[in-house]
Amino acid sequence: MHLTKSITAIGLGAIMIATTGFAASHSEKAAKAAVGARHAQMQLIAYHTGILGGMAKGETDYDAEMARVAAANLHAAASLEPSSLWLEGTEQGAVEGSRAKAEIWSDMDGFTNALKTLQTASAEMMDMAGTDLDALKAGMGGVGKACGACHDDYRGPKN
Amino acid sequence: MRSVVTVVLACAVLGAGLGWGLTRPEPLDQSYGAGLTADPDAGALIFAAGGCVSCHAAPESEGEARLVLAGGLPFASDFGTFYAPNISSDPDHGIGNWTLPEFARAVTQGVSPEGQHYYPAFPYTAYGHLAPQDVTDLFAYMQTLPASSTPSKPHDVGFPFNVRRGLGLWKVLFAKDDYVLAGDPDAQVARGRYLAEGLAHCGECHTPRNALGALDHSAWLTGAPNPSGKGKIPGITPAQLDWSEADLVEYFTSGFTPEYDSAGGEMAEVVSNLAQLPESDREAIAAYLKALPGG
Repeated sequence: MHLTKSITAIGLGAIMIATTGFAASHSEKAAKAAVGARHAQMQLIAYHTGILGGMAKGETDYDAEMARVAAANLHAAASLEPSSLWLEGTEQGAVEGSRAKAEIWSDMDGFTNALKTLQTASAEMMDMAGTDLDALKAGMGGVGKACGACHDDYRGPKN
Repeated sequence: MRSVVTVVLACAVLGAGLGWGLTRPEPLDQSYGAGLTADPDAGALIFAAGGCVSCHAAPESEGEARLVLAGGLPFASDFGTFYAPNISSDPDHGIGNWTLPEFARAVTQGVSPEGQHYYPAFPYTAYGHLAPQDVTDLFAYMQTLPASSTPSKPHDVGFPFNVRRGLGLWKVLFAKDDYVLAGDPDAQVARGRYLAEGLAHCGECHTPRNALGALDHSAWLTGAPNPSGKGKIPGITPAQLDWSEADLVEYFTSGFTPEYDSAGGEMAEVVSNLAQLPESDREAIAAYLKALPGG
């Protein structure tokens, strides 16, 4: 009887540990995937900004249609709704590769506003990029400022 | 015996006198700016290039409020913590009552109107390169900015660094009139040198310091530890940074690196200042950096 009780207890304990372990690995996987998706979003933004920047710098010839498309895709990438990407518990230190500051969650309004600033700048860029090179150059400043301001407040240091 | 005492005493007096003389703050040049006409609009650009806002705006202020130069930002160092003073146009707590010669001596020589040395946390060794016309315009512009009655916070600096007279010796040793990039470069590089070594005072962060806090000119712009204790401020000579001139200009304009990451930390502030300058000035700074040794 005594032995049965102990075995039951051990069994229950084992099940609990296994479940917690499963839950942990499950949420860990989700957290990693979210961080990966955010990085992909940033990469899409950087890629399209790079097309515009190459023209602004004179490294590539100005192409109104290409500039328009790059700005449209930049705006689309910047407009992803944040709640599926910025999962709680995915800050720097909690998930490998994450540089998200805890302030994103403690100051979600500020973070959302920073994101909106980028969306405003990228929407303006959609109008400007296809107009002419000077307008495109002027648009770069607004996008750059939006990126920098948000990174300053909500991105942690490189390790 | 008595003669020995006399000699020792004489030496002491002589030494103290010499020290007193060497550490004496520069006298006021009452005729500074005589004959020059102040242009506040031009001064706004000098103000941007000089990065005054980055240190003197109240911490955490944003937008238009950045132009209220109430001070208060702390600067940790090996010698203690310095606080940026109020340099708003307030007559009591700011610089509203200063004359142009007083302002010029403060900015280019690091001496207060009361005749006290400033700590070199204020980059007057860089501003020493400023042309009188630019100082005159800057002063006129700053008088148009709002007043703040916030009192300046005293520096938190211990002995012996709290003896300001000692800074006179520091200046004798380390405040140099010469440019680090010596010689007679072309007009664009010369303009970039004036901006980078003078107004924009790039060396203050990007050049390592010696034990007395003076910039090591032999390692000019080759990078330095971050005074915040975290990380390193990168070297920006051609030996450390292989960005093209177009990359540098874009960075100064929008803050984008060649990888289209954004400028961070203090540099984001610098970019928002440099972005206000004419493009030719940003190109000049880029040309200057490319002209540094190591290319």
